This record gives sequence, C-alpha cells and structure tokens, in this order.
Amino acid sequence: MTHLADLPVWAAIPVALFLLLGSALALIGSIGFVRLRSFYERVHAPTLGTSMGIGFVLLASMLCFTVLQSRLVLHEILIAVSMLVTTPITLMLLARAALYRDRSEGSDDVPAAPPVHTAAPPAQDSAPPV
Amino acid sequence: MKRWLPSPLLTAALVAMWLLLTESVALGSILMGAILATVTVWGFKALDPPGGRLKRPRAAFALAALVFADIARSNLAVVKIILNPRKTERVSGFLHIPLDMRAPYGLATLACIITGTPGTIWVEYNSANNTILLHILDLVDESTWIDTIKGRYEKRLMEIFE
Repeated sequence: MTHLADLPVWAAIPVALFLLLGSALALIGSIGFVRLRSFYERVHAPTLGTSMGIGFVLLASMLCFTVLQSRLVLHEILIAVSMLVTTPITLMLLARAALYRDRSEGSDDVPAAPPVHTAAPPAQDSAPPV
Repeated sequence: MKRWLPSPLLTAALVAMWLLLTESVALGSILMGAILATVTVWGFKALDPPGGRLKRPRAAFALAALVFADIARSNLAVVKIILNPRKTERVSGFLHIPLDMRAPYGLATLACIITGTPGTIWVEYNSANNTILLHILDLVDESTWIDTIKGRYEKRLMEIFE
C-alpha cells in the first residue's frame, strides 16, 4: 500500500493505535495458550482475538480507508458479524470434543454426562461422578 | 405477500449485506441484492427452519449495546488473568445453569453472547431439562454468574424472542 503515506497525521495516529491495541489483544490471547493450565482454560484465550482484538483491527481498517478514499467504508462490519456468529461453532466443537474424550476416559475433572445420554456410551462405574 | 416474501427481516438483512459487499447503493445493486435475497430466503425456507421471530427489535438494540460493554469489560478481565505473573488461587470450572427460555433463536443468540464474551464458553445444551453447561475461566462465585446469565441476558432475550 504505497498510497498509505497520503494518510493525514490526525487519522494515522488513531489507526496505528487501534491496530496496536487489536494486535496486542491477539498476542495476549496467544500468550494465554502458554500460560493457562488446562485445555478448558486455554480455549478461552483466543476469544480475546476474536472479540475485541478483531474489533480494533476492523475499526482501524474502516477509519483508514474511509479517510483515504474520502467515502464511508463500512463492509468491515460484515467481517465482525461473521466472526461473532461463527466463533461459537468452532469453540463448542473443540470444547465438546474434549468433554467427550474426558468423559469416555472417566475423568473426574469434568461433569458427568446428563442422564439422557448415559444410554449411548457404556456405563463407567470406576469413576463415580462427583 | 407471505408466499413471495416469507421473512421480510431476513430479506432486508441480506439486501443490506449485498449492498455492503458491493459497496454501492446504485439501483442495479439494490435490484440484484433484492433478487438474490429473495431466492436465498426461499432456499432457507425449503430447509424448514424452526419458527420464531424478532418481537421487539428496539430491545434487541439495547441488548446489543449491553453485550458490547460486557465484551469490553471481560476482555480486560481475561487480559489481567493471562498477564498475572503469580499463579493465584483463581478457580476455573464448569457451571450448570437451568434456563427458562426455549426459543431456538434466543438460545442461539445466547450462545453467541456467552462465547463472544471472553472468559465464558458454552459447552453443552441439554434439551431434556433445558440446562446449559458453561466453562468459566474465573469462577469466583457461582450464584453471581447464574444471576448474570439469567438476569442480564436470558430475561432480555426472552422479551425479544418469546
């Protein structure tokens, strides 16, 4: 983007600030992968990037291209909406896969399967639910 | 009318999406968007989706603003937890919450809110007793979390969808 130099200073400063804030949140989310202890804790970390992290980056993009092209650039809203609607699908898939494995291994750390489900997997008497 | 335009709100949303994608409000884009949206809604209806409609759109905007503020607040909270150098006695854990809401779109919206807010994740929904299982990163007080989910979100969602 060579014409990015045309961006006036009053717009460049907030754009840079939003970009830094957004990428900092994404970075902190990634640090969370290392620092948090269990899988279920780690699955929380990337939601920083998918909520306010991407929000700041999109805000920067909207401001930058609105000023550069001298017209309202709003289609970043679509990215935000798709993000908000699709993240639960991935996160639920991951969390439920982990939960399924932990339950079938008879782990004590996860809540037992609800009664309606106990008909499907073989009953595990070795690890009684707390 | 009902037959040609089964869900006006969804059609309008799809037209708005098309206009945003093409970045124009020219007559051609509006016409193209209207045609695409109508055909898409027919296709969607052919899948026989569960019924339900937005009863109070204004309440939905109020809820969106509330969720926006909550997302900002919990982002900060999770940042603090991750960057906290000491391994404190923070407890994370699972939490069962019984719900009163049955509206499918209300539940879907609740899932988006809970997962979109850092620190809480929707793990499982049991339709037999209408209970959700959440995993919460900072489970200080269970009753506070139940009050938040039920009093703050579920009550408003029920007003909107039921």
